[in-house]
Parts: sequence; C-alpha cells; structure tokens
Amino acid sequence: MPMVNIAGKEVEVDEEGYLVDLSQWNEDIAKYMAVEEKVDLTDSHWEVVNFLREYYAEYQIAPAVRVLTKAIGKKLGPEKGNNKYLYELFPYGPAKQACKIAGLPKPTGCI
Amino acid sequence: MSDMDMDDGSGVVKKFMFLNRKAPHGTVYALEGLEVVLITAAFDQDVSLVFTDDGVYQLMKGMDTKGIEVKDFSKTYRALEGYDIEKLYVDSTSLKARGLTEEDLIVDVTVLSDDEMKNLMAEQDVVISF
Repeated sequence: MPMVNIAGKEVEVDEEGYLVDLSQWNEDIAKYMAVEEKVDLTDSHWEVVNFLREYYAEYQIAPAVRVLTKAIGKKLGPEKGNNKYLYELFPYGPAKQACKIAGLPKPTGCI
Repeated sequence: MSDMDMDDGSGVVKKFMFLNRKAPHGTVYALEGLEVVLITAAFDQDVSLVFTDDGVYQLMKGMDTKGIEVKDFSKTYRALEGYDIEKLYVDSTSLKARGLTEEDLIVDVTVLSDDEMKNLMAEQDVVISF
C-alpha cells in the first residue's frame, strides 16, 4: 500500500487515501487529509471529526451517513444533526470525508 | 418494457433473518455476516438477527482478541440499535449448552425456546445463514 510523508512521518494509506493504522492518527494527519479532500478545517469540522473518533472508539466501526446524522443530532442537537448542515461542512459526503480526516476506515455500508 | 420492469420492488418490505451460527473468530463468517447486516440496514427491511449454536459466543462480554491479533468487533453489536436493528434473538438451548446466560452478553437480546425459534423462522421471507 502507498506510503505518504506527513509532517516528517511516513504513514501508510490505502488506495483511496484512508489511513491504514488508526493509532498513528494525529492533528497533522487530519490536516493533511483535509487538504486532500479540499476541506477547510474549522471548529465545526473538528466537532464532527472528534465525534467520529469517539463513535469509533465505542463501536469499532465508522457509521453510515444516516446513522452519523442521527447520532450527531442526539449529541449536538437537531441544528447539527441534519444533512444540510453536514453536507455544507463535507460536500462530498460527511461520512466519507469526515472519516478520512478522522483517520477511520471508509464507513461500512457506504456503497 | 414488461410489467416486471415497471415494478422495481422498491417499497416492498420483506422479513429478513440473519442466522449467526459460528464462533466469532477463526473464520470470517461472523464479521462478514455483521457487515452484511449493517449494509442491509440501509434498505429499510424488517431485519432479525439470530445467534445460535457457537454463534452465541459472538455476543460475549469482555472479549480480548489481542492474543490472536484480530479486530475485536464485539462492540459493534452495540451500534446495531443506531442502525435501527433492534430484533436480536438468542436460543436458550445454545446458551445453556455453553453455560451462558443473558448477563454474559454485550447487548440486550430476546431469549427464545426451540419452538419459538422455529415459529420465528417460519415467518421469514428470507433466511441467510452465516
């Protein structure tokens, strides 16, 4: 699998650019992935990214977008738990893009 | 276009049962079965999950897979609720034969007798076994 150099560290990514070893993740990697995805990281983006990392720690999967939306609504309120809000932050798919930035694998059920 | 093509079947809800019969590790059945269930959830079907035979081990609390160097996906069963998959069944014979009770399981399940399980299976449109 391809190796990329991020902030002086060699990290392995899969053919779609997702981080292979979750434990290597750090903020530099998140920023690198965000540039790859053409996403300008703001506090609102970080909120979703951090939420995903917590979700993964608890359930060991990256959630499908429908599940992510619902779970965000529960935790952060309905004004954030909706498609419009999340797609504005991550136009090419909140689950797909935010998971990549969070260092998670591509969501299960993302077809 | 024939009538068959006109009716694409969308909107039809079928009863799907996923039957998990194997121990969680050593083969890929349990993990693959779980992934199929998570994907199926996107299609808004009526899904039941059954854990029977060694499949009941999939739901054991306190799994530690470090020694065998595979991913511990047992926590993922707790995510099923968020995917609106809430019908989880275990058969009491399989539990008892392994010295287990509901208390040993990582999620809430409905424990069924052999007869109840037989009836539940008979109600299904599709049964897929892993």
